[in-house]
Amino acid sequence: MKAGSKLERVLKAGHFAFTGEVGPPRGANVNSIREKLKHLKGNVDMVNVTDNQTAMVRMSSWAASIICIQEGVEPNFQMVCRDRNRIAMQADILGAYAHGIRNMLCLSGDHQMFGDHPQSKGVFDLDSMQLIMMVKKMRDEGKFLSGADIDVKPEIFIGAAANPFAEPFEWRVHRLAKKVAAGADFIQTQCVYNMPKIREWIRQANDMGLTEKVYILPGVTPMKSIGMAKYMQSKVPGMDVPDEIIKRLQGVDKKKVADEGIKIACEQIAEFKETKGIAGVHLMPIEWEHMVPEIAERAGVLPRPEV
Amino acid sequence: MIVAERKPFDEIRSMVSNYKKVLTVGCGTCVAVCLAGGSKEVETLNAELNLAFKKDGIEFGAETLQRQCDMEFLAELDNKVDQYDCLLSMACGAGIQFLAERFPNKPVFPAVNTSFIGVNLDVGWYEEKCRACGQCVLAMTGGVCPVTMCAKSLFNGPCGGTNKTSCEIHTDQPCAWFKIYERLSGQGRLDQIMKISPPNDWSNQKPRKVIQPGYEERVKAMNS
Repeated sequence: MKAGSKLERVLKAGHFAFTGEVGPPRGANVNSIREKLKHLKGNVDMVNVTDNQTAMVRMSSWAASIICIQEGVEPNFQMVCRDRNRIAMQADILGAYAHGIRNMLCLSGDHQMFGDHPQSKGVFDLDSMQLIMMVKKMRDEGKFLSGADIDVKPEIFIGAAANPFAEPFEWRVHRLAKKVAAGADFIQTQCVYNMPKIREWIRQANDMGLTEKVYILPGVTPMKSIGMAKYMQSKVPGMDVPDEIIKRLQGVDKKKVADEGIKIACEQIAEFKETKGIAGVHLMPIEWEHMVPEIAERAGVLPRPEV
Repeated sequence: MIVAERKPFDEIRSMVSNYKKVLTVGCGTCVAVCLAGGSKEVETLNAELNLAFKKDGIEFGAETLQRQCDMEFLAELDNKVDQYDCLLSMACGAGIQFLAERFPNKPVFPAVNTSFIGVNLDVGWYEEKCRACGQCVLAMTGGVCPVTMCAKSLFNGPCGGTNKTSCEIHTDQPCAWFKIYERLSGQGRLDQIMKISPPNDWSNQKPRKVIQPGYEERVKAMNS
């Protein structure tokens, strides 16, 4: 065991992992996060706690992660490179570990221009690859990036992101290989809608032996509406929503669109369960946390294993 | 070259409004090439200022030096600045500071915003190319700078925000790492970026000096 987190234990035992996500509040509203967690508890193995996503100021991800622990839900502390330099990153990793956080997701972060403080200085002292390397060095060698010794090293299960859909596609599996070489233990992907493309990417990862070294959890986000599908297709950088998805949602009765979205998600999860090289699914129900129990039920991933 | 843009006129006007005699100082090198602060732009600015301050009786003088980043050329002003209450420099930030250092008793104001180190795409059209980070990686990246051209200055891109071939910040902005991939792929040199680039040395954040080989002794003598 590298960190002994619940996620690591689930994956190591060979179970199909099922992870969720929660966005911290735009304020110090502890109750709102507790409310969201009620829907996730027991239905997922752990929840990603986003770090000022889309560069909007929110409660810090490590602080919200501690609230998750208090509520009995294992957090996956997301850390972006946009807002902290290597000094603050290492300090937060130590602090997070001291408070019981055992999973981290290392990300570049959305550019600051998308958020509510577009004038801010983006830090990007390290990039996500270098952040992964740094966490691994802290954990495995017990050393800071500078090479100095850490007295109690933070044992963190290291996560990284992958977007198999962004161009150039041929490079994506090599970038995955770099993240694995840097020290990623698990990968969560961008929301998947283009199934042929993810199949091809996983096939490449299998061929390169990467899936033996890293646990891959494709991202699944059920479409709530046709508007959401169109928005994601045209407005979200790096998102690949094939026309067939939109056509399929348009083909059902207006009241059944959200249900059709869940159906699509469940079909994806069913296929991922059977796919060699895929170790689980990361469910990102954007502001739809209350639907997680139903989605988990319909996807046949309940009950979650006790490990 | 160093590319600059003239400041908004109202900002310039408010800087000099409390003085009686103002010397506008142009620079004949980079900022002249990029049409921001050469002799022609000094003339234009002074014409606008004369018009704006006609009633206030402020006088505007004009001088354009070959380079404001060189004391040798700044010395040409030694006998002239006494007649003025303040100096309005149209040079880049380096030139403005050197001018202020040469004449520490005179208020010196910037008439331009120094934008970047860049190239000439066409007349009046410039693009940033270099951040002067001091750790050039262009050999590894096929001649495309990830520090300047990637909005996140990634050393191991492209990130997941690549939008087809453009950057997530704007469809008009090409993704630097997409270009790096294309360039290296075309040259059969993708191995350059298969390895992980380690964390960069950003110690360029402290003020830097360069002494070329062979000039160390001379500098030492000047400092002693």
